[in-house]
Amino acid sequence: MPGIIGTLAAAVIAFAVLAVAGDAMPNWLVLVATLAFAKGLVALGIVALMRGGLVSFGQGTFYCAGAYAAGLAMRSFGIGDAAVLVALGAIAGLILGAIIAPLLAGYRGIFFATLTLALSMIVYGILNKTYSLGGSDGLNLHAPRFFGYQPAGSRNASYALFLFTSLVTVIAAALCRIHFDSVRGLLSHATRDNEIRVEYLGASVRWVNGINFVIAAALGGVGGALSALSLGHIDPDFAFWTTSGEFVFLAILSGYMSVAAVFGAAILLELVRSFSSQYFPNTWQGALGVFLLLIILFLPEGLGSLPLRLRPSGAKSARAPIEKFK
Amino acid sequence: MSAKLAAAILIDGVIDASWLFIVAVGLTLVFGVLNILNFAHGSLFAVGAYAAASAAGWYYGGDLGPPFFGYLLMLGAALAVAMILGPLLERGILRFFYRRDEVVLVLVTYALFLILEDATKLIWGAEAYYASEPYALLGNVSFFGLSYVGYDFALIGLALIVGILLWFGINRTVSGKIVLAIIHDRDISRAMGVNVNRVFALAFTLGVFLAALGGAFTAPKISVQPGIGITVILLSFAVVVIGGLGSVEGAAIAALFVGFARATAIHLVPWAELFIVYLVMALVLAFRPEGLFQRMSARKI
Repeated sequence: MPGIIGTLAAAVIAFAVLAVAGDAMPNWLVLVATLAFAKGLVALGIVALMRGGLVSFGQGTFYCAGAYAAGLAMRSFGIGDAAVLVALGAIAGLILGAIIAPLLAGYRGIFFATLTLALSMIVYGILNKTYSLGGSDGLNLHAPRFFGYQPAGSRNASYALFLFTSLVTVIAAALCRIHFDSVRGLLSHATRDNEIRVEYLGASVRWVNGINFVIAAALGGVGGALSALSLGHIDPDFAFWTTSGEFVFLAILSGYMSVAAVFGAAILLELVRSFSSQYFPNTWQGALGVFLLLIILFLPEGLGSLPLRLRPSGAKSARAPIEKFK
Repeated sequence: MSAKLAAAILIDGVIDASWLFIVAVGLTLVFGVLNILNFAHGSLFAVGAYAAASAAGWYYGGDLGPPFFGYLLMLGAALAVAMILGPLLERGILRFFYRRDEVVLVLVTYALFLILEDATKLIWGAEAYYASEPYALLGNVSFFGLSYVGYDFALIGLALIVGILLWFGINRTVSGKIVLAIIHDRDISRAMGVNVNRVFALAFTLGVFLAALGGAFTAPKISVQPGIGITVILLSFAVVVIGGLGSVEGAAIAALFVGFARATAIHLVPWAELFIVYLVMALVLAFRPEGLFQRMSARKI
């Protein structure tokens, strides 16, 4: 397990590689990667929850909150700087998450999933009827500035947004890795295995899950704000349950072992989606479904477990099935 | 609120609750026995609706026989959907995922939902189907000066029949008791010599049948088009969660809850229609975290 210094070094290297690669990539790929990173951040939040054994089917709530916070700040207050907008998105997610977290503290498994889903659908329903926020049509956003720099031309604008998104992503990923490897982060694992044991050890399951939930909410807000900037448009579908389902899909696809795998999976999914929606417009959802089934069947710990499984000595620990009698 | 409005809300609510119950009780049954919250349930509803709409369109289009025979045909369509898709999905796909975490199982059925949505679009195309002949067949009924379609009341009757048969089947027959034993503890049941796999396949097929039945008999009331499965799964999801997962009585009461909530919203606060159901669900879960009729389960350390 890399230490904090190692994680930070990896983050710097990852950002440098992304910056160079982004410059070389064709424009469509830059756009796809930007959106993939934004969605990956939301999925990273679900991964943080999953480590504690919870899966939220309603991350669309925070994704939507972040997007609308950024959108409103831009439209109503004329704030055009991406960094401020994303920070506002994060704060919106964080506050909403902190309000909801205590309400959800007692729920586990399927009830947690359905309650988060219900909350996101309430947000979806209200936004659809809130005409001051554009109702079901949503709002359009214009291109942001980056720390005072206003890129000229569409290629420059998309590359600048990609760089900014990569920066946010790399920072968030490094912070998550550090959190996951910290004592509190590791307690999530213990909570997932056995809550009662954790309580007897003197730790509070409520706090462990609550903090994971707030982290997930803030990441959802960041991802939402970035998606809003990248798409240039926000609408209530950000909170619709199929959007949330996609994030869970991503989280399961990548598994909870590796942070980098989340973003790899996000790019893979966006590529598969943009290619198949172009070449098989009628069957791409079904293809995604088959893909998901195969992943769950043959790679139950997600893409992130691949390196471990390919290594002969690590093969066993990656599986380590614990037969539970429920 | 005038008496007429109250009556309208009451009657609309019960009518809404009837088809919701038929669909949701299938969902809750599958959860009770297999421990799977089936996201694809709405798609199965859609397949049933398409099958029935096609069958009714063919039958009434050709003027092939007595009009009432069309109802039997719709029932047959639902049965055919269940006989084909039930064993196919359970034996072909789901059984490889038993013993996984219940949230992972939700995702497995989410994948099935994605596949089924595209499959129905491939088979039936993207245009809407209408099969309104069976809807008009039973004439109109009038209550408190409000005019209702007789078919809607027949649907309430169907829901009652389904509910009574299920209750009787589960609580008063030997096979029902075996199902109850499996719901309680599948490992012990297996040790006692129960063929759990067979019961799983049958219960899942029955669940598919109930979804398809709901779809088949709702088809004449609506335009059958892509996307109906999504609305239905969310509503029936809310019903079973409110009622308590795995509880037939709970599904019945929750279907009424949801039906009344929707009818009230439509008549009094139309803008809340989109989310009133989830609001009710969140409120119920806030006070009864596992639904109205929660199952007793021992705490395992």
